Amino acid sequence: MAKHEYSYYPGCSSQKGASSSNLEKSVVTLCEELDIKLNPIPDWNCCGASIGYAGGGELPRMTLSARNLALSEKHHPDQDVVATCAACWLNTREVQERLNHNPALKAETNIALQSVKLEYKGNKKVRHMVEVLIEDIGYDVLGSKVKKPLEGLKIAGYVGCQTNRPFGIDGESFENPMYLDKMVETLGAEALTKYDKKVACCSGALMFSEPEKGQALVKDIIESAYDSGANMIVTPCPLCQANVEIYQDDINARYKTNFDMPVMYYSQLMDVAFGRSALDAALNGNIIQSKRLREIADK
Amino acid sequence: MTTAVNQAMVEKYKGNFLKEVTDNVEEGNWVKMCMQCGVCSGSCPLGPHWDHPPQELFMMIRANKREEVLSSTSMWMCTSCYNCVARCPRGLPITHIMHGLAHYGKRMGMKPKNQPTEKFGQMFWDNLIKKGRVNELKLGLGLYFKDGFAEGVKVSMGKQKLGLNMMKAKRMSPMEMLGGHGVKDLSGFHAMLKKAEELEAARVGANTDAK
Ligand code: SF4
Ligand code: SF4
Repeated sequence: MAKHEYSYYPGCSSQKGASSSNLEKSVVTLCEELDIKLNPIPDWNCCGASIGYAGGGELPRMTLSARNLALSEKHHPDQDVVATCAACWLNTREVQERLNHNPALKAETNIALQSVKLEYKGNKKVRHMVEVLIEDIGYDVLGSKVKKPLEGLKIAGYVGCQTNRPFGIDGESFENPMYLDKMVETLGAEALTKYDKKVACCSGALMFSEPEKGQALVKDIIESAYDSGANMIVTPCPLCQANVEIYQDDINARYKTNFDMPVMYYSQLMDVAFGRSALDAALNGNIIQSKRLREIADK
Repeated sequence: MTTAVNQAMVEKYKGNFLKEVTDNVEEGNWVKMCMQCGVCSGSCPLGPHWDHPPQELFMMIRANKREEVLSSTSMWMCTSCYNCVARCPRGLPITHIMHGLAHYGKRMGMKPKNQPTEKFGQMFWDNLIKKGRVNELKLGLGLYFKDGFAEGVKVSMGKQKLGLNMMKAKRMSPMEMLGGHGVKDLSGFHAMLKKAEELEAARVGANTDAK
């Protein structure tokens, strides 16, 4: 039996063929290395992301995450819920908090949940994967796993919004969280701790609806990484990853820039540092490749 | 554009929009706690693009500017970054209030015309409701065609490279056109949402003392 077991909420963008399937793959590899077992919540549904409010009112949106939580309570009663996606984590955790603080809303949610023969109790802990790594595994163990230190890599840690606010990671400040930098250093790379776009917004879903405004925000995030001498940006958030990576062509066309900045997940860095292959680390899932990270992986 | 529920609300709350917001808008009861310091507006990444940043919207609610607030494009500009929430000295859940105002304005039939995030958000909701999980490919294609077919062809041609890049990286699957991911208990899922919508409509309706 695995040493750590969790009830896992993967979310839509982690599914096969979806935009952050490389996050999923690299996390699976990471879990193999760290003896973590993620048990997907059976028949989970979408959490509504951050844009669900346009079509769904408060209660319909609450029932989305409540159904997932109730399924987790039923099938994995003794396990914390863990999410890898920032928006999934935030929504699930937020719904839990809001329902538990509002008995009327909770009662109505449970009436709706009767349609799927479920009941939401609200006694789960909802956690982000990075919390598991920091709190249950610890930097020491992470460090002890390193077989190929990421020496010479200069990394801009881009935490973004929703992994950082409103909940954040315990013990970290909203304005200057340090855990991602600490992870990077644990892996033997250099963390650019002065990276000033660390917690800036990537425009979230507005990248689709307001591309000009979204690209302007992302341009600053990338430019600042270049200015601090970064070889790559690393992030815990799938939407940050996508927004900052895949529009670089568009941004170059719009602003006459020459951006070619890899944007990786913390989990991909860990996989490579722990000695796993480029394939296991899902490096082929990135549109902009980091040659140096690949070299280390292929070493 | 007006709706029956909108007229009922206007009548019931005549001249007291703050009370209407308190009673009916998601987390709207917090608005009265705002002390107008401006931290939220100054923290907002899209602040420069808002006609009325959060602080101003809260002031306008107190000043009974019902029509202007509910039909504003401003709150649709919220990226859900929670910067304001983390910084507000009064602890207002500003992000939720923005979402709540946007949704309430829409419910009252006052949504701004051709607001791209409103349109995208509705497409997203319809997409997720259909199968219980988001089909990114259909959502993406729908997005490109939201302004009509000719415009869509133009935009999607421009995005061809992006799409190919994503497919090459196996982060966008053409298979999603056929079926795609979804929940198994779809009828239960739909019944649950219908019930939730009914309960919520009854709550807003109850506040109007509708006969
Ligand atoms: S930061 Fe808070 S108190 Fe200050 S204006 Fe904004 S909502 Fe009001
Ligand atoms: S959550 Fe919305 S209102 Fe608050 S700072 Fe971010 S974009 Fe502005």
